[in-house]
Amino acid sequence: MITVSDLSKHFTLHNQGGTVIPVMQDAHLHVAPGECVALIGASGAGKSTLMRMIYGNYLADHGAIVVGGVDVARAAPRDILRLRRETLGYVSQFLRVVPRVATRDVVAEPLLALGVEDAVARARAEDLLARLRIPERLWGLSPTTFSGGEQQRVNIARGFAHTYPALLLDEPTASLDAANRATVLGLIEEAKASGAAILGIFHDEAARHQVCDREVDVTAFTPVAA
Amino acid sequence: MSAQTHPASGQIAQGQIAPIHTDQAYNFAYLDEETKRMIRRALLKGLAVPGYQVPFASREMPMPYGWGTGGVQVTAACLTPDDVLKVIDQGADDTTNAVSIRKFFQRTAGVATTEQTTVATVIQTRHRIPETDLSEGQILVYQVPIPEPLRFLEPRETETRKMHSLEEYGLMHVRLYEDIARHGQIATSYAYPVKVEGRYVMDPSPIPKFDNPKLSQNAAIQLFGAGREQRIYALPPYTDVVSLDFEDHPFQASKADHACDLCGSNTAYLDEVIIDDAGGRMFVCSDTDYCSTRRAQGHVGRLGTAQEHVA
Amino acid sequence: MTLHSTPKPQTAPGPLLQVRGLEKRYGSRIGCTDVSFDLFPGEVMGIVGESGSGKSTLLNCLAGHLTPDCGQVIFDTRTAGPCDTVTMGEPERRMLSRTDWAFVHQNPRDGLRMGVSAGGNVGERLMAVGARHYGNIRDHALDWLSRVEIAAERIDDRPSAFSGGMQQRLQIARNLVTGPRLVFMDEPTGGLDVSVQARLLDLLRGLVRRMGLSAVIVTHDLAVVRLLADRLMVMKDGRVVEAGLTDQVLDDPQHGYTQLLVSSVLQV
Repeated sequence: MITVSDLSKHFTLHNQGGTVIPVMQDAHLHVAPGECVALIGASGAGKSTLMRMIYGNYLADHGAIVVGGVDVARAAPRDILRLRRETLGYVSQFLRVVPRVATRDVVAEPLLALGVEDAVARARAEDLLARLRIPERLWGLSPTTFSGGEQQRVNIARGFAHTYPALLLDEPTASLDAANRATVLGLIEEAKASGAAILGIFHDEAARHQVCDREVDVTAFTPVAA
Repeated sequence: MSAQTHPASGQIAQGQIAPIHTDQAYNFAYLDEETKRMIRRALLKGLAVPGYQVPFASREMPMPYGWGTGGVQVTAACLTPDDVLKVIDQGADDTTNAVSIRKFFQRTAGVATTEQTTVATVIQTRHRIPETDLSEGQILVYQVPIPEPLRFLEPRETETRKMHSLEEYGLMHVRLYEDIARHGQIATSYAYPVKVEGRYVMDPSPIPKFDNPKLSQNAAIQLFGAGREQRIYALPPYTDVVSLDFEDHPFQASKADHACDLCGSNTAYLDEVIIDDAGGRMFVCSDTDYCSTRRAQGHVGRLGTAQEHVA
Repeated sequence: MTLHSTPKPQTAPGPLLQVRGLEKRYGSRIGCTDVSFDLFPGEVMGIVGESGSGKSTLLNCLAGHLTPDCGQVIFDTRTAGPCDTVTMGEPERRMLSRTDWAFVHQNPRDGLRMGVSAGGNVGERLMAVGARHYGNIRDHALDWLSRVEIAAERIDDRPSAFSGGMQQRLQIARNLVTGPRLVFMDEPTGGLDVSVQARLLDLLRGLVRRMGLSAVIVTHDLAVVRLLADRLMVMKDGRVVEAGLTDQVLDDPQHGYTQLLVSSVLQV
């Protein structure tokens, strides 16, 4: 479902004297449907970078990133947009929303973008919010004023609203208490069971060992100093 | 009625005033021949494209703008020495405006004048169409203040010209929409916009909407002159003229729900006249010739007195 | 003029708008040059740049307000397939801008008739394409006012009595009533209070999605473009220096100027 091969990337900081920072070299990995693979490595080793590249958020120098038959490294913008809408989900560490939109609508949005009826989309959103223990009185409020943990749960609810065949999770259990952590892991298990290919970054070792089948160490892709 | 003279035979015909010699200082009908040619060219263009506003070089006339200079220039360009001229203002032959213009043409063109619609060959009118049906060979000249029907909603001349040339008339219906939204019905009661031969939208000059149906399929030539705005437009005989409306708010040629108090007519457009301080009022035909003709025929209204029948 | 619940558009066989080599010069000065891109149905393209970058010139060339010096703007018309709007006759282009295209001005006063009621403003485009039933026109106007969250009882009020945010929403309703497929927006949230901007952005996103609109949005505000646009073009000195997915251009800018722009944005 997700196949990365010969992937390399560097950053060029034009406004800082043209400094070149190589961040990745010859990365490769594969995630099959129903699998959950963890990215491990020291902080700054490139875990989030790799995940963003798979999502198309970062460009690659060369290599291939094939998700559901589409090579993200080469695809036209509208093909990547369709991929993100239908196939590839991404739960980042940060919740970025239009201000003053209700939480329920934030979570329902991926479904609405797919043309699901308003009522059905909102029902599913409320389902997830209830499961993640966001109080009902907050559903009509904008999540911009929520606590870090609450925002994280809204983020996760949005990420799981649609059953993506491929899912990227960046620190899904950070800033969550034990009960909510368990709920999130439950969601991941359900997604796995329905055949989703999941790539995740978990600092929490226990969570990682619970849901992940394999680990990939990104330090192996660190560019070799010239 | 005053005696009338047929200029050639010396006989005085009914309703005509004898012509007097033109003032030596003026060319026939005041304007020079080149100017009259220019105006006639504009008139021909207007007749060829019914409802289209033709720009023309409006001349300085010995009356200020707003007093019918456009109509006077059109009339001047049309007059020949054999013509018989009638001038009305709001339907009446005897108001100041009508009298002044009639005297102007008597002095500068020496044409015969009349108050009888049926006898006139050229009729200059301010804001009314005569009740009596016109016939082929007659010319009706309208005085027009603002020729552009879209002006009040679209102040830019460049834009209105484009809208006419591209037939973009949605804005005209916006004006009617606003009327209905504000008054519950189309409240425009005069200068009601019309569509000519299915193409140009035209302002028929500030005639009451009651007169609009007379514009269509009229046997006479209808000419419109706006002196200050420098535009001429025209309707050749038997032209299709349709008043704009909505499907659920159709056009109605409405008038006061009364009969004329002098001649009893139920079908003529009426003026309302306050007759005392207690709110008393009477309704009289706005078209004075029409009313007097009916009274001469023996019709009597609520407040009228029987007339001696003139042989 | 189908206005009610438009189904989600299927992937169209071809682009809705194809721009090729568009250039506009002012004497020796470049307004914009060498601009080419495709826009598909349902896509929102953002154009960012600072003052003088050429983004407004580009938008006006695309929308037919300015005549470009060279290049093509090929629009997939309903009746005749892809046509170059630059060489199209003026009557057709004006008809296009009243039916299939919409233009939302930065200042709502430029896009509204201030002397006409809200209902008349919304109904004008319908009347311009032949609507002649007052009751129906009024119903459509009421429907659209509710979609842009303007109270129904304000239908007969003039826009001069509206707040800036309401005027902008009225302008949007006026433009969208004939179900256009392509919307041009020039700084749609500029000049509005910050709190009003947020509601307007969400309204625009909802309409774009529900009506399957394509849009070209010019703005200098990177936050607006991140929320509204799928794709982004960055302009500097009349040229497109970078283009791609919005989040990619903002998060992984390749060109030095884009990097400068992104790093200059103040965080709240």
